[in-house]
Formats: sequence, C-alpha cells, structure tokens
Amino acid sequence: MPTEENILIKVKNLKKYFNLRTGFIFNKAAGSVKAVDDISFFIKKGETFGLVGESGCGKSTAARLVLRLLQPSAGEIYYKGINILKLKRSQMFKYRREIQIIFQDPYASLSPRMTIGDIVSEPLEIHRVGDRSSRLKRIKETLKIVGLNPEHINRYPHEFSGGQRQRVGIARALVLQPELIICDEPVSALDVSVQAQILNLMVDLQKEFNLTYLFIAHDLSVVKYVSNRIGVMYLGKIVEIAASEDLYKKPLHPYTMGLLSAIPIPDPNLERQRKRIILPGDVPSPINPPTGCRFHPRCPNAQEICSKQEPELKNYTENGNDHFAACFFAGKPI
Amino acid sequence: MNNILEEKILEVKNLKTYFYTDGGVVKAVDGVNFDLKMGETLGIVGETGSGKSITALTILGLIPIPPGRIESGEIIFEGQDLLKYKISNLKHFRGNKISMIFQDPMTSLNPVFTIGYQIIESILAHQNVTKKQAYAQALELLDMVGISDRKKRMKSYPHEFSGGMRQRAMIAMAIANSPSILIADEPTTALDVTIQAQILELLDTLKKKTNSSVILITHDLGVIAKYAERVMVMYAGKPVEFASVDDIFYKPLHPYTLGLIGSISKLNEEKKERLKPIKGAPPSLIDLPKGCTFASRCKFAVKKCKENFPPAIEEETGHFTACFRAKEFMDGSLSRD
Repeated sequence: MPTEENILIKVKNLKKYFNLRTGFIFNKAAGSVKAVDDISFFIKKGETFGLVGESGCGKSTAARLVLRLLQPSAGEIYYKGINILKLKRSQMFKYRREIQIIFQDPYASLSPRMTIGDIVSEPLEIHRVGDRSSRLKRIKETLKIVGLNPEHINRYPHEFSGGQRQRVGIARALVLQPELIICDEPVSALDVSVQAQILNLMVDLQKEFNLTYLFIAHDLSVVKYVSNRIGVMYLGKIVEIAASEDLYKKPLHPYTMGLLSAIPIPDPNLERQRKRIILPGDVPSPINPPTGCRFHPRCPNAQEICSKQEPELKNYTENGNDHFAACFFAGKPI
Repeated sequence: MNNILEEKILEVKNLKTYFYTDGGVVKAVDGVNFDLKMGETLGIVGETGSGKSITALTILGLIPIPPGRIESGEIIFEGQDLLKYKISNLKHFRGNKISMIFQDPMTSLNPVFTIGYQIIESILAHQNVTKKQAYAQALELLDMVGISDRKKRMKSYPHEFSGGMRQRAMIAMAIANSPSILIADEPTTALDVTIQAQILELLDTLKKKTNSSVILITHDLGVIAKYAERVMVMYAGKPVEFASVDDIFYKPLHPYTLGLIGSISKLNEEKKERLKPIKGAPPSLIDLPKGCTFASRCKFAVKKCKENFPPAIEEETGHFTACFRAKEFMDGSLSRD
C-alpha cells in the first residue's frame, strides 16, 4: 500500500457536469453532460499514471480539473496533502508552477507569433524566475535537454516539424522544473517514427528529473508503454485501475477486455491465432447515460442487476498490486 | 492465402504524380509499381506525406489538374490503361468497378442530403434500375453493413449518425455497385478503437462475401498485420519495400520498414523494451535529397546511398526492396539491430 507521504496527487469523488442550455432568449436549463462523474485515483511521486478511454469518456476533462483549468462540480483534489480546490487564486499560483501540461496538438498549442525562445520564456516571466540573462541561460539549457538546438531560440514554430514542435511544448512544461506534468495525448498527432522519439524523450526526462506524469491517451499500447499504473475510463467513470502489466494480462472489466482485444497487434502470426471480441454498438451519450452500470448496453456479460445497480470499484488484488474494477462479474471471461 | 487466385486485377506501373506549386514541384508519388490480385487485401503503409493517398486518388482519377499532373505511368485495369481515358469517361469505373472509402466520414458525406438519397444516388448512377428497385437495394445494403432500423435510417441525415454509423453508410455506398476493387483510405483513423474493430471486421467480411480486392491504406501496422496479405511500404513518394505480410514483419529488408517496426510499442510485450525510433523527420517532397530519400535518417547508409536511388530488386520471390544493403540483410552479414 502506498503511504500518504509518497502520494503526490490524490483525487477524490471528482465530478464535472457541464450544464446544457436550450433556446436563444430564454436560456432554459436542459440537463447536463456528466463529463466526469465521481472518479477517484492517486498518483505516487515519480510514477506515471495513465488514463485511457475513447473520445468523450472524460479523460481530458479530468486532466483539466486536476490543473484547475476547470472548476469541478464536486470532489477534492489533494496535492501534497493540500486540497487545492480550497485555495485562493493567489495561493494557487504557487502550485501552478509545480503542475504543468503538455497538449495534444503541437500545431495549435504554440502561438505562431512568438519565437520558441519567447514561448519557453513565458512561464519564467509569469512566475518571475531570475533575471533576463539567467532566464536565457535556463531556456537554452532546457531546449538542449529536449533535443533542440539552442541556437534556434529566435525561430518561429512554423519552421519546425511536428516532432520538434512537441519538443518545444515539452520544454515549455519543463522550464519551471515542475513536479507533475499532465500529458494530454502528447503523441497522437505525430507520425509513428516521431512518436517513438517523443516517448523515449519523456521516459528519459522522467528518470532524470524524477517527474510524475499523468498520461492521457486513447492508444492503449502507448499508455501501457509509458505507465506504471493505468485507469480505464468509460463515460465519465473509471471502470478499472491496475498496474499496467496486470491490466494487460488479467483485465477484469469487460470493457477493458473489449478494448484490449480491439487493438490489433503488429504481429501477423499472433493476429491469426487471436480471437477477437468485438464490442457491439456505440458509446452512449453522456447527457443521458444508461442506468446502473454504464457499460451494460454493450456488455456481453450483462445481467439484470447491471441495469439496475451501479457497481462500485472494488479491489480484486491477487499478487499484492492493487487491482480495482467496477463490475458485478469482474474477471468473468467474455 | 492459398485461396487467392493468382490473377492480377490491377497493375500500376511507374506511376508519377507531381504537383506544381509556387514553392516548387512536389513529387508526391514518384515511381510506384504494384499489382493487386483477385480477392486479396493489399496494405499500403507509410507516414504522412509518403504518397499513399495520392496513389489511391490517382487510380480513381481524382487528382485536381492543375496543380497536379500525372507525369508518367500506367494503371492497367481489365486490360485497359485507365490513364488513357478521358476524365469524363472514368465515371464508368469510378464508384462502380473501383470504389473508395474515405478517411473522415464526417466530411465525406453530404450534410444536406439524407443517407438514403446518397446511397440511392450511387446506385442510380451506375445501374439501369428504377428508383423503387434502387430503394430496395439500398435497404439491403444497410442491412449488409449492420445498420438496424433501416427504413428510419434511410431518412436520416449524416449529422444524426455517429462516426461509426457514418462509416458504415459510406461502406454501403462504396459496395452499392459490387465493385471489384475497394480502396479504403485510412477507413478507421477518425474512429475509436472499439468502433475501428467493428468497421474493419465488417470490411473483411464483405470482402470475402463479394470476393472483391481491397487496397487498405493505413499508418497502423497492427491493422496491416491483421488484415493485409501483401504490403507495400512507402516513403517520400516511393515504394521502398513490397512483400507478403509475414516477410514485412519477420524478415524486413529495408531499414525504413525496420525502423517503423522498432518505433511502435507493442501491447503484448512482456518486458518494457526501449523503443527504437528513426532519427530525424521525413524530407520535404519539394526538395528531395539526391540518392536514397531515406539515407539521411538511415543508420546503415553508405556512400553510394547518397548518390543514387537504389532500384527495387526482387531479393527473393515476391519480396521487392529498394535498398543497396538488402542483400547483406538477406544473407545475415549485416545485423538488423
């Protein structure tokens, strides 16, 4: 069990509902999108926690909540034991420095009018770190660390390739020497050969600076490669949390099983032998999620209870590693 | 693979499609050669800008001219060279004998017409049937692609469909005239993984049912491993390796193919092995380097690689590769690591 000291961030019963309104003039309330609906997890210092799920499952909303870019509807977020949701703006400022984010699209997340020197220097200026010359030194060092030529400091983003731009994004997150970096689909906009470069860089940086990552992606093979533990999300809920090896070898939730089975493995012989589970149907709308277990309309194992009662996350540990799943029939093969 | 008739249904020879832009000539497709056999699935893999989509669009005569121009080549289908046809006569093939499924079902359906109208339109364009017959056919097609509540769905507009359903509707349109070749250009890239699995399984079943051939364009090596029988790997507009799917994965002879396989994280890997990325980024197609286009990123490159582009050589039966050092990989004198 993790001790309280080595837990860097702990999220408890976090919820985010986006209210929907209808009508142009009268603006009536019309239900809400339950983007994140009661999720809890923790991240230990120095580890990578992966969040996977399909589009609309709430993984990016979860990331923005942890950063407090969005105000949660309910719940608590403890960073180093302090509930950051209770902090005032000025008190929060201190923590902003320690929690950084890398965005998905390196084409959209860098201002085209700023040189990469300006982009990487901005966080330092906001947090009033050092003077001009010490900032410049630090920017050049950071660019070097992420594998960019420090002489390119006066170039603009359009002069760089996608992979290089993502390195700029990483440099911007790294320059304040944060504790926790939230990576929101950091490689999904990149080509495979470049993806591997960026993933290796992120793994190296983590070792070198003892960083903690919250790594969000839809590609389970990428998440498995970088993460120590993985949480699987479906329609705003975490349905399974396990060490990444356990999750692959012994998935307990039928959605995880379906997800794993849906990903083709680049090995033709293996693919010929593999039996595939094809989950039927589409992901339902988060405005009006199914009753009971949200996965039950697509679940081959669903029984009557599944549509009536919502399963809770329970620990099914076997080898000492925690393995949580929210399913009445956890572990039953499909 | 034994059930494939060895009959070639499509043959592409030395195809070159260039684009004349203000910045210079973009050699998007630069000397592509391949053939497609009856009933097979041919995979084309490559990264962004490698020319895989332009190859497909050229086959269908969908390249905007200008700025595009087909510099040379032959596309032989049913014994005739499609490039010799006037564009206006190509519609006899397009959507009829050769049809295409596009990447993004959100943008490739017309938002102002119902799904039913769009399917019926593609039937009426090529078959001599009445509207009523076409409607019946369209219902049948929706059933084939797994759309339930068909009569209601015929009247729906694309925005009422989910991504997966739209792609199903696209497939219904593509198979409406029982084409002998189906070109699927990244058919599932815009979709979620569980939906991707549904769509790819559907394509595979339909292919077997109708005995058509499929050209599957993707950047996902997992999809290739699962569905393709032969694979063409493209890099910067040129095919660099062409072989059976097993040879590509287990006996790659081109350093780029090797690099691609080393770059992907595999779900089934027991211990975490460090990824082996290819260094650098693909070259600009306007200003291609002399010699082998991959040489600057290749760790096996020698002097002659920077001088001439290596010709594609059949190193063993059915295994083509364009690399000067392929022979050394073959006989084991050069390690693939």
